[in-house]
Amino acid sequence: MSAAWMAVLFVGAGTVVLKSVGPVGVAHRRLPARVDQLLGLIAPSILAALVVTEAFASGRSLVLDARLAGVAAGLVAVLLRAPLWAVIVAGAVATALVRLVS
Amino acid sequence: MRKGVRVGAPLFPAALALGASFGVLARTAHLGAVAAVFMSATTFAGSAQVATVSVLGAGGGVAAAVAAALLLNARYAPIGITIASSFRGSALRRFTQAQLVVDESWALAGGGGPRFDRRVLLGVGSTLWVGWVGGTAAGALLGHAIGDPSKFGLDGAFAALFVALLAAQLTTSRRTVAAIGGALIAVLLIPFAPPGVPIIAATAAVLVGWRRT
Repeated sequence: MSAAWMAVLFVGAGTVVLKSVGPVGVAHRRLPARVDQLLGLIAPSILAALVVTEAFASGRSLVLDARLAGVAAGLVAVLLRAPLWAVIVAGAVATALVRLVS
Repeated sequence: MRKGVRVGAPLFPAALALGASFGVLARTAHLGAVAAVFMSATTFAGSAQVATVSVLGAGGGVAAAVAAALLLNARYAPIGITIASSFRGSALRRFTQAQLVVDESWALAGGGGPRFDRRVLLGVGSTLWVGWVGGTAAGALLGHAIGDPSKFGLDGAFAALFVALLAAQLTTSRRTVAAIGGALIAVLLIPFAPPGVPIIAATAAVLVGWRRT
C-alpha cells in the first residue's frame, strides 16, 4: 500500500473514532448539572480559538496578513446583522482585494 | 432536516471551493483522485485533511501526517460530548450521524447549548458533505484547469465565517468570558504547540464557569 493511502486510512479511522466518542460513548449517560454547565461553555471557547487560528495562525507563527481584512469585513457584516452568506462573501472579497493590491 | 439544509445552504459554495482547493493540493502531494475523494468522504474535516497532504507533500512521512491530522481533529472529542445527549437511536445510527459533525454544523445547530437542534446539525452536515466531496472531486480531476481556488480569499472567508459562528455563541457574559479565555489561550500557545493543540487547550477556558452556578 502506498504511503498516501496509509495516511488516508489512519487519519480516516482516527477521525471517525474522535467524532463518535461523544454520540456513541456518552449518549445515554446523565451528566451532573455542573458538568453540563461547563460543557455549554466549550462552544464559545473552541470557536474563539478557531477564529484566532483561522485569522492569525500560519503554522506555528502568528501573522497579520490579508485575512485580517476578511475578519474585519466579516465583523462589520455580523454587527450589521447581515445573513451568513453575506458574511462569507464580505470576508472573501475583502481578503482577495487586499491580496490584490499588496 | 430540511431546516438544516436551508441553514447550511449559504455555506455550500464555500465548502465546494474549499473542497476543490483540497483536491488540487492533494494532487500536488501525489495523492490520487480516488484517494482524495475517499478521504473527503470518510474523514470529512477540512483542516486535518489539508494538514495530512501538506505533511506528505513536504516529505514528512505517514506517522507525522497522521499525528498532525489527529491533533487537529482531537477537538471533536469534546465537541461530540457537548451534543451526546441529543443523539437518539441505536449505536450504529448515532455512530453514522456523528460523522456529520464538523465545526460549522455543530455551531449552527447551537454548539451543544440548551437550544441545540440535532436535525439542523444533520442538515447542515449533509449539505457541507456533498459540497466538500463534490469540490474535492472537481479539484482533483480538473485541478489544472481551475487553478488554485484559495487565491480568491477563501481563507479570509472562513475566518469571517467563524467570527459569525462565535458571535452567535456570545449570549451571556460568562460565555463571552469563556470566549476571551479561549482566544487568549490560543494566541499564547500557537507559537509553541503543534497546530490543533491550542484549540484543544482553549477548552480549559470553560473553567471560568466553575465558580458561580
